[in-house]
Amino acid sequence: MTTYADYTTGAPVTDTKAPSGPIHERWDKRRFEAKLVNPANRRKHTVIVVGTGLAGGSAGATLAEQGYHVVQFCYQDSPRRAHSIAAQGGINAAKNYRNDGDSIHRLFYDTVKGGDFRARESNVHRLAQISVEIIDQCVAQGVPFAREYGGLLDTRSFGGVQVSRTFYARGQTGQQLLLGAYQALSRQIAAGNVEMHPRTEMLDLIVVDGRARGIVARDLVTGKIDTYFADAVVLASGGYGNVFYLSTNAMNSNATAVWRAHRRGAYFANPCFTQIHPTCIPRTGDHQSKLTLMSESLRNDGRIWVPKAQGDTRPPNEIPEDERDYYLERIYPSFGNLVPRDIASRAAKNVCDEGRGVGPGGQGVYLDFADAIRRMGRGAVEAKYGNLFDMYQRITDEDPYEVPMRIYPAVHYTMGGLWVDYDLQTTVPGLFAIGEANFSDHGANRLGASALMQGLADGYFVLPATINDYLARNPHQEPVTDGHPVVQEVLAETEDRINLLLAVDGDRTPDSFHRELGELMWEFCGMARTDSGLRKALERIPQIREEFWRRIKVPGTGEEFNQSLEKANRIVDYLELAELMCLDALHRTESCGGHFREESQTPDGEAARKDDEFAYAAAWEFTGTGEAPVLHKEDLVFEYVHPTQRSYA
Amino acid sequence: MKLTLRVWRQKNADAEGAMSTYEVDDISPDMSFLEMLDVLNEQLILSGEEPVAFDHDCREGICGACSLVINGDAHGPERTTTCQLHMRSFQDGDTIDIEPWRASAFPVIKDLVVDRSAFDRIIQAGGYITAPTGSAPEAHATPVPKADADFAFEHAECIGCGACVAACPNGAAMLFTSAKVNHLNVLPQGAPERETRVLDMVAQMDAEGFGGCTLTGECATACPKGIPLMSITSMNKEWLRATRKAGKR
Amino acid sequence: MARTMWDSSVGKKTVMAVSGVIMLLYLVAHVIGNLKIFFGAEEFNRYGHWLRTVGEPFMHYEWTLWLVRIVLLVAVVAHATSAYQLSRRDIKARPSKYVHKKPRASYATRTMRWGGVILGLFIVWHVLDLTTGTVHPGGFQEGHPYQNVVDTFSTWYGNVVYIAAMLALGLHIRHGFWSAAQTLGVGSRTRDRALKTIANVLALLLTAGFIAVPVGVMTGVVS
Repeated sequence: MTTYADYTTGAPVTDTKAPSGPIHERWDKRRFEAKLVNPANRRKHTVIVVGTGLAGGSAGATLAEQGYHVVQFCYQDSPRRAHSIAAQGGINAAKNYRNDGDSIHRLFYDTVKGGDFRARESNVHRLAQISVEIIDQCVAQGVPFAREYGGLLDTRSFGGVQVSRTFYARGQTGQQLLLGAYQALSRQIAAGNVEMHPRTEMLDLIVVDGRARGIVARDLVTGKIDTYFADAVVLASGGYGNVFYLSTNAMNSNATAVWRAHRRGAYFANPCFTQIHPTCIPRTGDHQSKLTLMSESLRNDGRIWVPKAQGDTRPPNEIPEDERDYYLERIYPSFGNLVPRDIASRAAKNVCDEGRGVGPGGQGVYLDFADAIRRMGRGAVEAKYGNLFDMYQRITDEDPYEVPMRIYPAVHYTMGGLWVDYDLQTTVPGLFAIGEANFSDHGANRLGASALMQGLADGYFVLPATINDYLARNPHQEPVTDGHPVVQEVLAETEDRINLLLAVDGDRTPDSFHRELGELMWEFCGMARTDSGLRKALERIPQIREEFWRRIKVPGTGEEFNQSLEKANRIVDYLELAELMCLDALHRTESCGGHFREESQTPDGEAARKDDEFAYAAAWEFTGTGEAPVLHKEDLVFEYVHPTQRSYA
Repeated sequence: MKLTLRVWRQKNADAEGAMSTYEVDDISPDMSFLEMLDVLNEQLILSGEEPVAFDHDCREGICGACSLVINGDAHGPERTTTCQLHMRSFQDGDTIDIEPWRASAFPVIKDLVVDRSAFDRIIQAGGYITAPTGSAPEAHATPVPKADADFAFEHAECIGCGACVAACPNGAAMLFTSAKVNHLNVLPQGAPERETRVLDMVAQMDAEGFGGCTLTGECATACPKGIPLMSITSMNKEWLRATRKAGKR
Repeated sequence: MARTMWDSSVGKKTVMAVSGVIMLLYLVAHVIGNLKIFFGAEEFNRYGHWLRTVGEPFMHYEWTLWLVRIVLLVAVVAHATSAYQLSRRDIKARPSKYVHKKPRASYATRTMRWGGVILGLFIVWHVLDLTTGTVHPGGFQEGHPYQNVVDTFSTWYGNVVYIAAMLALGLHIRHGFWSAAQTLGVGSRTRDRALKTIANVLALLLTAGFIAVPVGVMTGVVS
């Protein structure tokens, strides 16, 4: 009998549509070669955009400005609430305003290296090129970036890079950028160019004659399930970090849109590449519903430590200096507390596994500002980090000026996602994926302040240029209606799934299953992964799935506002996606970026990449629920940045 | 902690609503208010009742989805969002009243969930700067004095939660509207649309059925982001200026 | 422009603010005039007569006074009409009350509506009492305001109504003056304390100044 883990390897992906030639000319070349749609013909084309975050919001607004008819969806009550809003730190751009040696090439280099050489060079270079235009665009929209007294934009260094290329708006950069995109989108809604459907969730993709032609979506207020048709579909529905139950994602962020697209034929790439952020507030108990991130900038001045002795329960201030282990400074003397996210996270896990963790359940390490306060004075620390300290105090009821903060890593971002080519088109023609929903630019680890850059690059500049080509080449598609047999089938499947969830009437709540799955994933597919652990998870997930369909209890009906039903329906997809994540992690027997296989480490415990075997993106093809998928490899070629083992010691 | 909750239950927009009483036990002071409601809902589902519907998403105080009036205060007793309110602000044995935002421009959808789309329409009326993608000049072409940038930021912090409307005895949306008007009108980029923006947004605000401002200051007291009451003054000034200019044209 | 003003909630507030300020300026003049009562019947009555001759010979007898009366009437009507319409809008905007009630805002803020109604009724009585003499206690004597004032404040109800109304006036001005400044956009963070102080001082001086008259009559200082 073949099991899920017995995947087969299919034909490699050879054409990514990336043009050849010098890397800095490729984007220009692609734009020139792309066919254009006559402005007068654009309004005849309808484009569906799912999601209104940085990527979706900017794409919807820009496509509408170009003259397309956009039909856009978000599950939130307003497009302004997409989870991009929670990004704190900033957005990178190779403006070199500081004259500190930054350039497009350096941003490109840093991003490829930071991604541990698992990203596509062409895409990353384009991202770096576009980064400068994003800042111009956002400033023109009125995004209130931090400024200096001369009235010019301020920048700071972020995420361990040596240049100051991060633009920011206090600790709310994501909010301000998102509101900029939301306002641009609002202008188009008012102009009648965008038909906005808030509180409406995509539940399936309609593929007719091999092309994406629409979606099935549920109105979350009335419960009505409807079909929407278009000439192209753009998914900007974000990442899948909520598979872990506890993450820094919003409670309702979900993977349904991407997973349903995957089931309809879109390959899913590198699902095991998840980013665990090192500085989150630790959980306080089983009631915990989500984790809150504390900006990475805290590591610039805070010192991370744990007691040297196991099970030391003394309050931190009573532990003398020589009984403390400043482990990052000890292991990585040159980078100290500023090592990249994946390394800082893993080190925290290691000391906690040794029984030296602090706080409830021993799941935490100290982030201590006592030295900083002594050195800079309390006032200076307050000016720099005041809002973060306040937030910490509000959540934990502890005063970080007096007692060291406690932090612990948490799932934050997913680098994997739907496989897309250089045009951001998935393997289903007419289906595009942008922002965190795709896999393309961050490789195995995302650098700080790069997510906002990628979301906006995709939405404002890349997709609007490349989608033209698709629409121009497919100008007169047959109209699709509800009567089409494929539509009937997709609609029936969706309705059946909803009805089945309501009919089980078991004895377990949706949250109880989500939490169980999340704990399993955190243990076996979290910060450190092993062959045996992943196999255990792969054995367990189908069992949970089977139990889910036997014991789930969803009160109420499908024809009303029903949050339990929404949750349960999302868990259905997590229970399948989780399996693919574990399989991907199992098959990739190297360590790289956020993916750490205990079997693959250097003698001093660092991640050991295996470029000979794994310098590829793993694009998975769906074959059926619980059935072994097919792996398609896209080889990664490095012409400009040569892979080296990262060293931060 | 053991608590008695009196929660507004309303089946849908057309149904009559009423307060229902529930008991919850084993509440940890470290829980957020919404996590306490999660406990209640798990309990309700298992006992075959419908859980209490409430809006929430990021649970870190920035998305603006959460919206509860707790013991008569929008977002409860602390100056923060409901998701960042913790149970340590309450005492063991307390009775807590939980109600939805109440304003005719925010009709109840179910239980504690209200429809705030009127806010989106106010933004659509003019809460933007027209800058189509690709048309932007170099970012440093127009310096913005730091004081203006800071003023813009202070108002741009609004999360659109609607606490100002919920707290206002007149159900007015002046603080929300003024925050966006001030954010954009102070910036040089926002200058070309300065007059139309404020006139159109105020007109839309009125058309949505929000009340007028009597400067009670309740909105600014309830605002989790600390948008100042003076924001309304600045908008009034912008509005009068725009009306005068429009009159001259 | 007038249309924009009247159709907008912000515009109507502007109408209220401007008309309020006009009435407030009038009250300042009024209280100064009233205090002349403490200098005897002759000076007070002469002042009363002068009011009718202001602007002569350019203006005819009482023209200025009527001009002021017309402006005031327009102000009162505009103030009351906008207040009524805005209140209707406010009540409609918040039809259902919270189950959990809490005392809200300052006393002065909360009593603006009812305080305004009380003041409106007071003005009617005040005009009927001391301008037309229609409801004046005892014989109303045209041209002898001193005696008329003494008559009114020799009745218990005259004192009660007047003092109550003046307290309401103080509260109304206290919130109204500051509020008008915000509506007209002249408030600012740096000016806020000054505006609040001016509002309080104005409210206090006007109330005290007006109440001084009935108190003077009651204590026999004025008789």
